[in-house]
Amino acid sequence: MQEKTIAAISTAQAPGGIGIVRLSGKDSREIADRIFHSKSGKRAAQMKGYTASFGAVYSQDGEKLDDAVLLLFAAPKSYTGEDVVEISCHGGLYITQRVLREALLAGAKPAGPGEFTRRAFLNGKIDLTQAEAVMQIISAGGEEAARAAQAVGSGALSKRIEKIKEGLFTLASHLSAWADFPEEEVPEVEEEELREGLHTAKTNLSKLLQSFDTGRIFREGLVTVIAGKPNGGKSTLMNLLTGFERSIVTEFAGTTRDVVEETVLLGGIPLRLADTAGIRKTEDPVETIGVDSAKKRIETAQLVLAVFDGSKALSEEDLELMESLRRTPAIAVVNKADLPLQADLPLLKEKFPYLVSLSALTGEGIEELEKQLKHLLQTENFQPSQGILCTERQRKDAQKALEALEEGEKALSLGLTFDAVTVCVEDALSALSALTGEHVSEEIVDRVFEEFCVGK
Amino acid sequence: MYDAGKIDVAVIGAGHAGIEAGLAAARLGCSVCVFTINLDAVGNCPCNPSIGGTAKGHLVREIDALGGEMGKTADACMLQSRMLNLGKGPAVHSLRAQIDRNAYSRIMKHKLEQCENLALRQGEVVDLTRHGEKWHVITRLGAEFEAGAVILATGTFLGGKVYVGEASYESGPDGMFPSAFLPQALECLGISLRRFKTGTPARVLRSSIDFSQLEEQKGDEPVVPFSYDTLTKLENKAVCHVSWTNDRTKEVILRNIHRSPLYSGMIEGIGPRYCPSIEDKIMRFPDKPRHQLFIEPCGAQTEEMYLQGMSSSLPEEVQIQFYHTIKGLEHAQIMRSAYAIEYDCCDPLELTSTLEFRDLPGLYGAGQFNGSSGYEEAAAQGLVAGINAARKLQGKEPMVLDRASSYIGTLIDDLVTKGVSDPYRMMTSRSEYRLVLRQDNADERLTPLGWEIGLISQERWERFCEKQRQKEEELKRVQNTVFPPSEKLNSILVSHETSPVSTGVRLSELLKRPQLSYCALQEVDTGRPNYPEAIFENVEIELKYEGYIARQRADIEEMRRVERKSLPREIDYSTIKGLRLEAAEKLQRVRPENIGQAGRISGVSPADISVLLIWLMGKGETA
Repeated sequence: MQEKTIAAISTAQAPGGIGIVRLSGKDSREIADRIFHSKSGKRAAQMKGYTASFGAVYSQDGEKLDDAVLLLFAAPKSYTGEDVVEISCHGGLYITQRVLREALLAGAKPAGPGEFTRRAFLNGKIDLTQAEAVMQIISAGGEEAARAAQAVGSGALSKRIEKIKEGLFTLASHLSAWADFPEEEVPEVEEEELREGLHTAKTNLSKLLQSFDTGRIFREGLVTVIAGKPNGGKSTLMNLLTGFERSIVTEFAGTTRDVVEETVLLGGIPLRLADTAGIRKTEDPVETIGVDSAKKRIETAQLVLAVFDGSKALSEEDLELMESLRRTPAIAVVNKADLPLQADLPLLKEKFPYLVSLSALTGEGIEELEKQLKHLLQTENFQPSQGILCTERQRKDAQKALEALEEGEKALSLGLTFDAVTVCVEDALSALSALTGEHVSEEIVDRVFEEFCVGK
Repeated sequence: MYDAGKIDVAVIGAGHAGIEAGLAAARLGCSVCVFTINLDAVGNCPCNPSIGGTAKGHLVREIDALGGEMGKTADACMLQSRMLNLGKGPAVHSLRAQIDRNAYSRIMKHKLEQCENLALRQGEVVDLTRHGEKWHVITRLGAEFEAGAVILATGTFLGGKVYVGEASYESGPDGMFPSAFLPQALECLGISLRRFKTGTPARVLRSSIDFSQLEEQKGDEPVVPFSYDTLTKLENKAVCHVSWTNDRTKEVILRNIHRSPLYSGMIEGIGPRYCPSIEDKIMRFPDKPRHQLFIEPCGAQTEEMYLQGMSSSLPEEVQIQFYHTIKGLEHAQIMRSAYAIEYDCCDPLELTSTLEFRDLPGLYGAGQFNGSSGYEEAAAQGLVAGINAARKLQGKEPMVLDRASSYIGTLIDDLVTKGVSDPYRMMTSRSEYRLVLRQDNADERLTPLGWEIGLISQERWERFCEKQRQKEEELKRVQNTVFPPSEKLNSILVSHETSPVSTGVRLSELLKRPQLSYCALQEVDTGRPNYPEAIFENVEIELKYEGYIARQRADIEEMRRVERKSLPREIDYSTIKGLRLEAAEKLQRVRPENIGQAGRISGVSPADISVLLIWLMGKGETA
């Protein structure tokens, strides 16, 4: 029997050069073809083992996510012994997570800790020569599991899930007592009770699921680029945000030559800041490299703080920057608010829905920047202390629970008997318990005895 | 001591587990001796005079589908039959029958007596010793049997002790001798014994009950038999009655609670949660104003009546007082008092899924001895132990039923993987696959296996195959039958509160609608063949619940995949690097047979499973 196709990020979950999303299972090629389109038009389905193709990964709605290389390992000559596809894209958590998400949307299921290794083993693929590689995978798997367990076990997330489970357990144990002890005066299960219970759980789960993307922002931070023409105050802004002199700030334009990275908290949101070399046409070879890199960074940024010198009229370079930011989430920072305003503020306001006047030098206006940032990210009402879903696996489990609850609602509205609803409630519970690592059935049985007076 | 000869299988105990174990092993060709402390207690029902009930009805159906005896005998002495949970969905429909307990016992005894290869023997087994691959079974009167396999089905006899108020004495059920010496022999073999307890209510004289005040409870018509072999039409022959406790009952019990051996601390054994005594119910649910009880006949030729729901271990005088507070029982004359009984049982974690002791090859446990409770649970295990003992002696592969195959498989997996903390009762909520494991399809799930094993007769097999053929035909027919929209059809649809049709519609599509049934469509479905009702029932369920059944089948596939990866039994989990301590301890104790089972042990995480797999793999390389 064939196992379901699984997917996971197989490189370290940290900012890095290249990130690899690996698929394994009989549908790997098909799933890859749904999200990856090669330049040559060749489909993974037709590729031979041990071949590669260059192309890009696209989201379901056709958005290009990243250039990528697809490597195919045909069964049985692969790590797991199944068809394996590896999609290498640019590193960084965001892109690789997005690619993984697309793979899951296209039909893969998230790999459990150590699952590739498990499959390799089940298919008799792993031998002593691979022992070293295997050991690495074990430790990676263990780490992931440990991290997830920590986040789930100690954090607010488990509390939040417990609350949802609590409601479902109440339903499940009532259903169970009602079905298993028909002559014991267990109160009738009312349709309304089920409908309400399912609805409440569904609402809370949906909220939890929405928290996944927001949560990731808080956890992993936003790749943020400070952009703007030379000497507009980018480095001063960076220093303001980091609180110390990280960039070299001078009177001369063009002093920031490489990309300086720093993570800062702005209104509680981690910004992975890159202060880029000013966007300026230059002859200086060193600075040229810096400028090219800056442009690339802007393209891949999750957030751009576009710095404009408010004390000067907008230059051609400023207008260029404005244009280049048309499709990137950005906040216009009109700097040098301590000096008289010369820039065309109405034009900036027209181009940027989010705009702040600020003095990077004095720090005046920084609260406004925080406010605008939260506004842009729509995180005003977000409280990470409520607990959030952290990993793709957790998200998928929560999603599975949600789907089971929807099935249960369907059974109710069709007018099917409650046993069909019961199995859905229990499916939801077992998905949520997979998330928190507990066993379900015993708990339901225990509750029947705690809450209902049953027995002959 | 004298040499009493050699046998293949010795079964210790002739209760519900012992009977199925003995019959199965003998029918599979082993020479069997079934030992019982009292020949008049074969197949005794020392508690309720009924077979089946929720989930238990499933077990009886499954036992029957595999070729066991319980269902047939229950049908033969049925007094009243009900299908419980009608309206709650096919997954939880459960058959329960009131039976004539004396007749049940007599019929079972007769079956054992008539069984080829089987000797039924009154005798208390006092010692059990191991000699190489053989077992020696020694009786109180000095007979020494040599057996290839031994099945322990000792029920509440093993170290039995009865409690009624301040009185307590060594005893088996119903005033029979306990098995007082065997516990020590078992401990010498290294089996760790624990104390469980159970209880039963009083039996009262029928003529002393005022039925005029009580609500009657009738059986369902037509009667659905337990056994696929019961082809004759069964009739309800008796009624039950319902009554309630009241404030005075509560008051009497609370006033005397200190005299309950359970509350005074005399009883150390752990009782079944689902079967609390009346004093337990009152103590645990003080706000509940009243508790229901059922008055059930014990048989057709006895005036003893059973008071279901009223078990107690309070002193006899207190029992009389509180029973008399109940409507209809004001003048009830007690014939047997309620009592609690404490007994020895093993820790089922020491067993494998064939019910053999992991460290004592050839020794099996079944029934209450394994920590379960209930006649049906016992019979199911007896059957599995009997089949496996025989197959082992014959050099055949063991028969292991997984959780997705049956309630029997679920029961055994729960026992040997999760262990028990109180007497285990089967419940539908214990099965995660209950939309698939229904009582209406037990034969479809298990009869092919029963046939392969050799417990199903040729005649029955042919009948089964014919039934399956008819089902297939019917499934095809409902797919291919299209009704054109007609006034008649639409008036039926509308009268059943479902939308009318404007184009032709398949019969299968109509049957999928929850509001409709074969019965509702009778008038328009003119081409319906003359098949047994069970076939239509089965087809209708499978159509209506198609999507939900499919969900469960997908889960089953997933489960079975990991279930196939077996774990060698001699693993020393404490030496495996990377396993968390808790997981290693649990695994060491349970010693699961495969990866799937390991994953169900509480305290073993997915990460531990990965470690285990990798370790296994490395081991395969070096071995």
